[in-house]
Amino acid sequence: MSAGSAHARHLAEAGRLANEIRLSVEQVSYAYSANPAQAPLFTLEATSLQARPGEIVAILGPNASGKSTLLHLISGALAPLSGRVLLNGFVTQSLTPRTRAQRIAVVQQESALLFPARAWEFVLQGRHSHRRSLRFESEDDVLIAKNALAQVGAADLSDRWMNQISGGEKQRVILARALAQQPLLLLLDEPTLHLDIAAQIGLLDALRRLAAENRYTVVVVTHELNLAAEYADQVVLMQRGRCLRVGPPASIYQRELLEQVFQTPLSVELGSSGRPRVTVLSGT
Amino acid sequence: MRPLTLRRLFLECSILVLILFVVVVIAVKFGAVPVSLYALGRDLWHVLLGQRADLSSDYVLIIKNIRLPRILLGIIVGASLSVAGTSFQALLRNPLADPYVLGVSMGASLGSILALIAEPHLSISPALASLLTPLGAFLGAGATIAAVYFLGRREGQIDSATLLLGGVIISSFLSAIIMFLMNTLSGNLRGLSFWLMGDLSTPLQKSAYWFLGIGFLLAAGAIYTTAADLNLLLSGEKEAMHLGVDVPRVRLVVYIAASLLTGLAVSVSGAIGYVGLIVPHAIRFIFGSDHRTLLPTAALGGAIALVFADTLARTIVAPTEVSVGAVTALVGAPLFIYLLRRRLS
Repeated sequence: MSAGSAHARHLAEAGRLANEIRLSVEQVSYAYSANPAQAPLFTLEATSLQARPGEIVAILGPNASGKSTLLHLISGALAPLSGRVLLNGFVTQSLTPRTRAQRIAVVQQESALLFPARAWEFVLQGRHSHRRSLRFESEDDVLIAKNALAQVGAADLSDRWMNQISGGEKQRVILARALAQQPLLLLLDEPTLHLDIAAQIGLLDALRRLAAENRYTVVVVTHELNLAAEYADQVVLMQRGRCLRVGPPASIYQRELLEQVFQTPLSVELGSSGRPRVTVLSGT
Repeated sequence: MRPLTLRRLFLECSILVLILFVVVVIAVKFGAVPVSLYALGRDLWHVLLGQRADLSSDYVLIIKNIRLPRILLGIIVGASLSVAGTSFQALLRNPLADPYVLGVSMGASLGSILALIAEPHLSISPALASLLTPLGAFLGAGATIAAVYFLGRREGQIDSATLLLGGVIISSFLSAIIMFLMNTLSGNLRGLSFWLMGDLSTPLQKSAYWFLGIGFLLAAGAIYTTAADLNLLLSGEKEAMHLGVDVPRVRLVVYIAASLLTGLAVSVSGAIGYVGLIVPHAIRFIFGSDHRTLLPTAALGGAIALVFADTLARTIVAPTEVSVGAVTALVGAPLFIYLLRRRLS
């Protein structure tokens, strides 16, 4: 075997990895009812999407459009009524909680703590699924946790108490915990909700950099039209339990479509970065 | 970062074992009949050398037959209640959970009493009959915690205030049933204050100590296998699941084992309150809230607290005694109010 053919194979392999579909949501639907005998209170109609390593997918839509439900279906926390979610070919719902946590990290809207903990203790929780049940944290675990904190620019927060840091700092520590899980898929439910503009940009810049560096597939639920346009490779537009469109921001951000979904007059223009920019028009 | 190591766990436990030893010595020394430390040391020396013939009669009579069994009971019951309290606090995500406050101890008391009532009517061997009371207590504890859990659930979430209120109401309801049964039925049911307040003065057969000790080790050991999971469960069930915790399994293990611990303790000592509340809080304050250290240190702390409280119960109004449960409640109830207020503010 010549060195040249080995190199070509290596290139082909790299190409295959870059083009592989990591996350595949296939015709997933869901119905929520308080009582099985009653009509469902909320339904999510069959939704499909695919994402590759390093891609950021934004799920957009008004309240009660099914964004979080879709995210929970992808995470495997909810069992779909029909269809399936595949991560590298495995059905996420049928993985054990431990295996699932090694592959999927979820950043929730809020993270409540019952007893005070320091940031490093919190980040080490991300190593739980990689440890045997009665083992203590190894040096590797500590190193990975330290790296995770450094990656989100929160190394200096390590020894601070979680209940004594700001919302933006807390969100970064929570993201660091998700990174410590070393996942393939990173799911975020409105991560910018309580953050000021600078913190929002900081978090999303970090996300884009991390997705590129670590080849995470990122799915993020958000209300922020412009942040999604700026940072997402794909946008999933939802309304009242239906997935209206899936595609790159430029193809989704059309004035009539967005006005109809968000029920407000707005204008869409192309920004300097080549990405669409939405302005909500008031006073009408 | 200062992650937990086996060495630190061992060190923390060693400190508490040392304190427990000191408390045991105090408990052996003080009582209706004082014993000199010199005589104690001399007798211990004889025991260690195997020269049992040289023991003073004081040792055999008071120390070996009365005080040491009672201290041993205090150690097992204290450790059981403390580990049960720690587990309920994690399971229900409520720092004020305690077997007594939640009514679980009362459920175990009622279960024991019902077993004692049923025992003469069942034709079973004495060995099986002796298991009936702890079994009744376990079932009573398990049924009560299940009831409190469902009472405290609102829209799929456990509501802290509703949970505590549910526990208080169930507790008073169950104690009413206990009073009713005790007043109408006679027989070998022990006293009312035993079941409602708790007491360590009833001597047990030697085999019962083995049964209790092994039961404690099995149940506490089962809970310890979930220690790392409990740390994550404190941030919520959904979050714990996303971090890799098999939430239903952990819930089931802890639910059964903590009910077993409460049942075992109550079946031999009645409903001693607040040990499961005060001790885990004090331990968290000193050693932190990681369950991998919290569970073993809380067990030792519970043993220390109850042996100490029982020594007080035996000596403060000597030559009579008060229920040890009265001592723990006198200290525990104000502390509960303090914790509740701090939590509300």
